[in-house]
Amino acid sequence: MSPIIEATNLARHYQVRRGPFSPPLILKALATASFTVDAGKTLAVVGESGCGKSTLARLITMIEPATDGSLTIDGRVVSGTEDTDFRALRSLVQIVFQNPYGALNPRQKIGTILEEPLKINTSLSADERRIKALDMLREVGLRPEHYGRYPHMFSGGQRQRIAVARALMLDPKVLVLDEPVSALDVSIQAQILNLLADLQDKMGLTYVFISHDLSVVRHVADDVMVMYLGRAVEKASKDEIFAHPRHPYTKALLSATPVADPERRGERIKLEGELPSPFNPPPGCAFNPRCPLANDRCRSETPEMLPAGGATVACHAVEEGRDTA
Amino acid sequence: MALLELRNLSVTFDTASGPFKAVDGVDISVDTGEILAIVGESGSGKSVAMLALMGLLPNTATVTADVLTFEGKDMLKMPRRDQRKIIGKEIAMIFQEPIASLNPCFTVGFQITEVLRQHMGMDRGKAKTRAVDLLKTVGIPEPERRMSAFPHQLSGGMSQRVMIAMATACQPKLLIADEPTTALDVTIQAQILDLLRDLQRDHGMGLILITHDMGVVAETAERVVVQYAGQQVERQHVKGLFRTPHHPYTSALLDALPDRATGDRLPSIPGVVPGQGDRPEGCLFNPRCAFADDTCRKVVPPHQSDELGQALCHYPLNRKGAAA
Repeated sequence: MSPIIEATNLARHYQVRRGPFSPPLILKALATASFTVDAGKTLAVVGESGCGKSTLARLITMIEPATDGSLTIDGRVVSGTEDTDFRALRSLVQIVFQNPYGALNPRQKIGTILEEPLKINTSLSADERRIKALDMLREVGLRPEHYGRYPHMFSGGQRQRIAVARALMLDPKVLVLDEPVSALDVSIQAQILNLLADLQDKMGLTYVFISHDLSVVRHVADDVMVMYLGRAVEKASKDEIFAHPRHPYTKALLSATPVADPERRGERIKLEGELPSPFNPPPGCAFNPRCPLANDRCRSETPEMLPAGGATVACHAVEEGRDTA
Repeated sequence: MALLELRNLSVTFDTASGPFKAVDGVDISVDTGEILAIVGESGSGKSVAMLALMGLLPNTATVTADVLTFEGKDMLKMPRRDQRKIIGKEIAMIFQEPIASLNPCFTVGFQITEVLRQHMGMDRGKAKTRAVDLLKTVGIPEPERRMSAFPHQLSGGMSQRVMIAMATACQPKLLIADEPTTALDVTIQAQILDLLRDLQRDHGMGLILITHDMGVVAETAERVVVQYAGQQVERQHVKGLFRTPHHPYTSALLDALPDRATGDRLPSIPGVVPGQGDRPEGCLFNPRCAFADDTCRKVVPPHQSDELGQALCHYPLNRKGAAA
């Protein structure tokens, strides 16, 4: 199967002005990430706040251009060229945001929200648009009478369904899900995850699933990419990463995630300290100040993504075999 | 004698469309040195119950309880002045959004010393030394320098540590933590939960942990109270709750967790928590319950025995002998 998304050394930097007389700082929100996603699969991007996962989502959805690297979606090159037909490309990739309360315009009826993408991108008549919107409402488990209602009349779970419906109106191939369930209650979360799985089976969608919740990721993902401070640190299939985490950060993240089983309260790997400031990342490996395995090489040389067993890992300790000791 | 004893607590809000019962007949008792978790989805009244205890609800709320004692002292009959000597000193609370709970206009040091001077009657110098100690205990690096930091200069995890320092400043006997880690990243969540557990063990505090995260409950709590739509539907020891839940809601909630899923699809609970306008008759869970029959739709269920986790249900699950 050919990959539908191919990213090579994708990067996004921001210039942050500090005042009229001092030079602007460069914030590397996404320092470098390379990955591929096969059609119909789910890539989960995992990491804590500030690791660049939402920046990655914005690059894939073409909300922002990349500063460096190349991105190919469905065989078409996205970044770099000025003459790319973004309008056609953008309808291939749609996004669902974290907060369904903020993602819908409170002054628009559901019908208007769903039809807007069609109005802009297609030449369908008003009746055809209405039929498509009503079909989509049924598809995501809402009723036709919801068509004329306003967002405030819906619960969080229903709003997230509307947001999914809107994203699917243009028949995209890729859906970027930026923390789609983290604002929802457990029982509602399960409903949305099931809906997403059903839609993927039915429409052959490819998902880029961004989340910080590893138990959700374990349930939905085919492949997992773990990020830390703007860099991918480990990439592997879901089974591989949960059974044999290799990067010390992945290990810590897995052990810090609470497991809903009181019989299995174990010793946790404790991470000291917090995420360093992205303005002033530590030299060498970004994880070295918190890493139990860090040595002088880690403090001076940035590790590359190298294959290790069934995964690719950016860690000197794994490369040198120091991690098993 | 329990440290905190609450019986039949109810909270009603006056709203434009009539009274709304947010908390309905909740019983809570916490012993010294115990961790009690209150679990429930949004709208289950878990925060409101604790805010009522702290007297932090607005005027539109009517709070009633049969018994409300702290260390044997009846807080219902106590004048407001005396209540305030207990609340904030003996009972302290930390909230979900650490950044929103700190006053952005004052330094961290000022806000901690304010507590110490108010409740402990310390002078400026003593309060400052104690505040630095507190910041050190909660694991803030360079505590002297952080004293003069403003809340916006701190990260989420650091602000939550400051909140914990402030709450534990008077060595409370009971600490109520309302979703203390929901806004934080997992590795920071693990640090904060460890800190809370250490403080609780060192000072022999009672700890009430309000959360919606079953993982946090499983790893931290000793006893668990499950709430649904303002009612207490089950209370059990943590191991029993996860092994043999008695209320259908608890059971469905556990099954809906992605960690426990076995198949491709999650067994989800249909529908949503009832709000003000659509409260069903009989059992409040009946429209979403897989086991509901006509009795459930008409008759309000009783609390079952202690062996059945006091489940608020006509047909509790996992009865001894019945299933096996």
